[in-house]
Amino acid sequence: MTNLGAAAGAQSARVRGRRGIRSAAVVGAVVLLLALAAGLRLVLERRFDAGERDPRAAYIPSGPLLRRAALSFDPLLADVFWIRAVQRYGRARLAGGGAGRYEDLQPLLDAATTLDPRFDAAYRTGAIFLAEPPPNGPGRPDQALALLEKGARAMPERWEYPYDMAFIHYWWLRDYRAAADWFQRAAEVPGSPWWLPPLAANTFAIGGNRNSSRTLWRRLHETSGSAWVRSEARRRLLQLEALDEIEQLAREVDRFSRREGRPPSAWRDLPAAGPGGAAPRDPAGHPYKLESGSGTVSIAPGSPLFPLPVEPALAAVP
Amino acid sequence: MQRAGAAVVGLIGLHVFRQAAREQALHVAGLFALLLIAAHLLIGQISAGQEVKILKDLGLAGSTVAGLFIAVLAGTGLVAGESGRGAMHITLAAPVRRHELIFGRFAGLALVLAAALGMMAATSYGLLAWTALTASEAETRGWEAPAADPALLRAYLLIFMELLVVAAIALLFATFASRVLAAAMTVAMYVVGHFNADLRAIEEVTGAGAVAVGAAGLSYVLPDLAPFNVSAEVVHGQPVTAAYLALTAGYGLVYVAALLLVAAFIFSRRDLQ
Repeated sequence: MTNLGAAAGAQSARVRGRRGIRSAAVVGAVVLLLALAAGLRLVLERRFDAGERDPRAAYIPSGPLLRRAALSFDPLLADVFWIRAVQRYGRARLAGGGAGRYEDLQPLLDAATTLDPRFDAAYRTGAIFLAEPPPNGPGRPDQALALLEKGARAMPERWEYPYDMAFIHYWWLRDYRAAADWFQRAAEVPGSPWWLPPLAANTFAIGGNRNSSRTLWRRLHETSGSAWVRSEARRRLLQLEALDEIEQLAREVDRFSRREGRPPSAWRDLPAAGPGGAAPRDPAGHPYKLESGSGTVSIAPGSPLFPLPVEPALAAVP
Repeated sequence: MQRAGAAVVGLIGLHVFRQAAREQALHVAGLFALLLIAAHLLIGQISAGQEVKILKDLGLAGSTVAGLFIAVLAGTGLVAGESGRGAMHITLAAPVRRHELIFGRFAGLALVLAAALGMMAATSYGLLAWTALTASEAETRGWEAPAADPALLRAYLLIFMELLVVAAIALLFATFASRVLAAAMTVAMYVVGHFNADLRAIEEVTGAGAVAVGAAGLSYVLPDLAPFNVSAEVVHGQPVTAAYLALTAGYGLVYVAALLLVAAFIFSRRDLQ
């Protein structure tokens, strides 16, 4: 009886042992397979640069087919396309821009706005993404205008779309006549703000003026519902401030050059220098750069305000 | 006699609700809550300021998907599943008429859907209220509608009506088909229901004729599920009038009644031996 019991116990211990080994083998195999899968993914990412082209974005069905195929999930699918557009833009910008990196941006934004025709951020923020020149964007104000036109067709009661179109004509295309025309159209939308008609007239009269640009960015900062757009507008306002400061510094350089017969060799030569001859700082807190040979003052490449916009020439619209 | 019938239907409905709760049908709502919370944590980082819109969209679409799962799986399981397992014979041995069984099961399914949808809506509202509490004034300025907008309830009401139609379709198919086939046909009807308007517009492609007339006729027989989807309007703060709600809900109820009558008719004549 004791022998039988001992034999049964030994057998059950053997069974438990075998089960334990089997479980350990399964866990080991799963871990090994997962590690192999992760390794293969790494190889894939290295061989086919993921930032170069997102295969999920390669095929973006458009138009009515997309809306129908979405059944009742069109707003959610629009969100997915929007998130992919934001990721595509952010990834391309982080990778330093370059040809082809922003290629899928327009179809993604188009898909998002087809699925959800009232997707305000996809139109307004998307248009800013598209209009940004390389390396910060694809530099396609034409696509930005088309996107905003689509938004204006979907929501004719919104003055913001013609306003944004005016903005693109003004800032990126420097077509002040068209900008004034679109500001005027925005002003004609019932419920538009009081400051639009004078803005239209002002743009027509003195397009390209830095103060007009400042007013436009400030209005965009005040009216946009997107945190990203507000932060971009803030950056642009700081850039305009930096342009003012650089002009001021250039005047000091000029005075020094006339007085001394040579350009300043360092900041300590100028009254704008900080304690101990330190370089004055731009509105983002980075020191300005002074070319000792030529005396040219510019923004440092490390500053978040770099590169400064090429300022529209002061031009009266004929 | 009629009151006794209604009482039987009510009892069966309660029994179905308890059974569904026991079989963890309501756990779908719990899973939904977890997914929504996880999405809430992630969306803020990647949506470029669109978290409220995306949370609302996700809440409504997620509720639809979860509700569809419940409607299709529970709807087909209540008749076809039990017939397959032989449990139906035990149920039919009780003094219950077959149409009462169908109506009772539908009532129970409607209770399950209402409870699940209520839980999912409460989760969505909770997260949206939290987002509103933690948002800055500049962020709220960009919202088209308040975060915890009561108007969202209108979308949830129509999702519930749509799910009732789907549940009735599932129940109907389950009266004569196997569970798998019934589930597949219900999903197919859900898809067809969203293309209904295209059937009516087929005349624009084929021109007037027998095909166009047939397609138009078919469009009135098949369910039209597109009107139940007002998510985009509600999320963008667009008005969904009470008249629209009443008409669409009325259409849903009438269609459900028709489906249940057909289901009861088929089931009462079915030989379950």
